[in-house]
Amino acid sequence: MKRTIPLLITFIVGLIVISSEFIPHRPFSMINSTLENWYLSISGFAIVLGLLSLVQVNSSKVYHKAENWQYSLASLVSLVVIVIFGVLWGMEDQRGILGNGEAISAFIGKKPFDYLFDNGITPLSSTMFSLLAFFIASAAYRAFIIRSFESNLLMITAVIVILGRTSFGPMLTSWLPKSLSFLHLPNLTDFILTYPSSAAQRAILMSASLGIIGSSLRIIIGLERSYLGSDE
Amino acid sequence: MKIDSQTERRIIFIVLFIAVMLPLIFPIGWTSEVSPHVQMTYDMVDNTPEGSVVLLSFDYDPSTATELQPMAISLIEHAWKNNQRVIATALWPMGVKMADAAFQELLLKYPSKESGVDFVNLGYKTGGMVTIQAMGRDMKSVFPTDTKTIPYEDIPLLKTVRSLKDIQFVISLSAGDPGIKQWIMGAHDMFGVKVAGGTTAVSAPGFLPYINSQNQLYGLLGGLKAASEYEQLLGIVGPATVKMDSQSVAHVLILVFIAIGNVKAYKKRNSKKEGK
Repeated sequence: MKRTIPLLITFIVGLIVISSEFIPHRPFSMINSTLENWYLSISGFAIVLGLLSLVQVNSSKVYHKAENWQYSLASLVSLVVIVIFGVLWGMEDQRGILGNGEAISAFIGKKPFDYLFDNGITPLSSTMFSLLAFFIASAAYRAFIIRSFESNLLMITAVIVILGRTSFGPMLTSWLPKSLSFLHLPNLTDFILTYPSSAAQRAILMSASLGIIGSSLRIIIGLERSYLGSDE
Repeated sequence: MKIDSQTERRIIFIVLFIAVMLPLIFPIGWTSEVSPHVQMTYDMVDNTPEGSVVLLSFDYDPSTATELQPMAISLIEHAWKNNQRVIATALWPMGVKMADAAFQELLLKYPSKESGVDFVNLGYKTGGMVTIQAMGRDMKSVFPTDTKTIPYEDIPLLKTVRSLKDIQFVISLSAGDPGIKQWIMGAHDMFGVKVAGGTTAVSAPGFLPYINSQNQLYGLLGGLKAASEYEQLLGIVGPATVKMDSQSVAHVLILVFIAIGNVKAYKKRNSKKEGK
C-alpha cells in the first residue's frame, strides 16, 4: 500500500499531464492548471526541506567533530546570521519585524542583510567562480598537448575560438582582403560555433531528450521506482 | 634548470594574476567586432515599440555576475532609452537582488524612471518551467505582489499585463537551470512570446541550436565579450568593456601556456626516444 498509492498517483498525474498537451480543452486544461499550482506550492516546501537537511547534516558533522567540521560550523553560523538579519530588519524596501533598522543602516550604509549580501556573498561567490580561470590556465598547459590527429584538431579549433572570442584576435586578421574574409578570426569562430559545434550540440540535445522521454515513461508506468526510496 | 609541477602551477597562477590585473589598472581600450547574435538581440529590443512591456528574468546569482550583470544593465538601459517598461522576475533566489542592483545602478543615470510605472521587480518564484507555464496563463496568480509587497492590481505597469502573451519579449539572463531553455520551451514554444538570452561564455554554445528558422531564440549574448559588444552598440563604456581587456589578455596568455606546454612535451618525447 505504501508503494502502490504513490505509484498510482504518479501514473494518473502523468497521464493527465500528457493528455492535456494533446487535448487542450476542459477538463484536461483545468486539471493541468490545478496540478501546476500544486507543483508550485510543493516546490516551496522543497526549500524548507533543503534548509532542514542543511542544518541536520552540518549539525551532525559539528557534533561528531567529523573531518573539516569547522566549515560546517561556519556554514551554520552564516545561515543563522543572514536569516536573523533578514527577519529582523528585512531587505531593500521590505520591512523586518523590527522595522527598517534605520540606526544600523545609518551606521553601515544599508540594511544588515543587504550589507552582508553585497560585501559578503557577492565577492565570495565571484571569487569562487573566478578561481576557475586559474585552474583552466593550469589545465590547458598540461592537457592541450598534440599527440594525435584528434588532439591536433581539438587544439587548432580551440586556438581559433579562443582568439576569435578576444578583442585582440580580430586585429590579427583584419588586414585580410574581402575575398578571404571567411578566414577572418571572428568569422571562423562564428562558423565553428554555428555549424560543427551546433550540430554536435543538436545531437546531444536530441539524445538527452529521448533519454528524458524514456525515463519519464518508465516513471509513469512504474518501472522506475528509485524516487520512492531505497526500500525496494 | 628543472621546475617541479607544483612550482610550475604557482608560476602560471602568478603570471595569470598579473595579466588580469594590469589591464584593469591600465585599460588598453581594445574594441570588439559586434557578432551577429548580439546584433540580433539589439535589433529585437530596438524594434520593439515605445511603451511596450518587456520581461527580464534574472536566472543567476552573484557568482556569474561579472558576465551577466553588465548584460542586465545594458538591456535595461536600452529598454528605458526606447521608453519600454521592464518587468523583472527571477527563477533563481538570488536573482531578485541582482535585479534590484541593476535597477538601482541605472536609476542614478535615469532618475525620472519610476518604480511600478517604468519598472517592477516581481521577485523569485520556485518551480522553473512550471512557473513559466503558469505565467503564460495568469501572471497574477504566480506573482500576487511585487518585492515591495504592493498587490499586482495596484501596480500601474501591470494594468495591461494579464499573462505572458501581453509581453513583447522575454530575455533570460541565465547561468544554468532553470533559465533560457525553460523560457524557450515555456514562453516561446507554448505561448509564442519572443525569447532571447544571455549566458556565460562557457554555456553559450549549448544554446546556439535554438537560434534557428523557428526563431526559438531571437538572439544570444554569450559572456563578457557579448556584453561589451552590447555596450558598444549602445555607445557606452560600461563594466564589460573595461573588463574585456583583462579577459583578452588572459586568453592570449592561456594560448602562450598551451604553446609552452607543447614545447615541453615535445622535448620530453624526444629525450625519451634518445634514451631508448
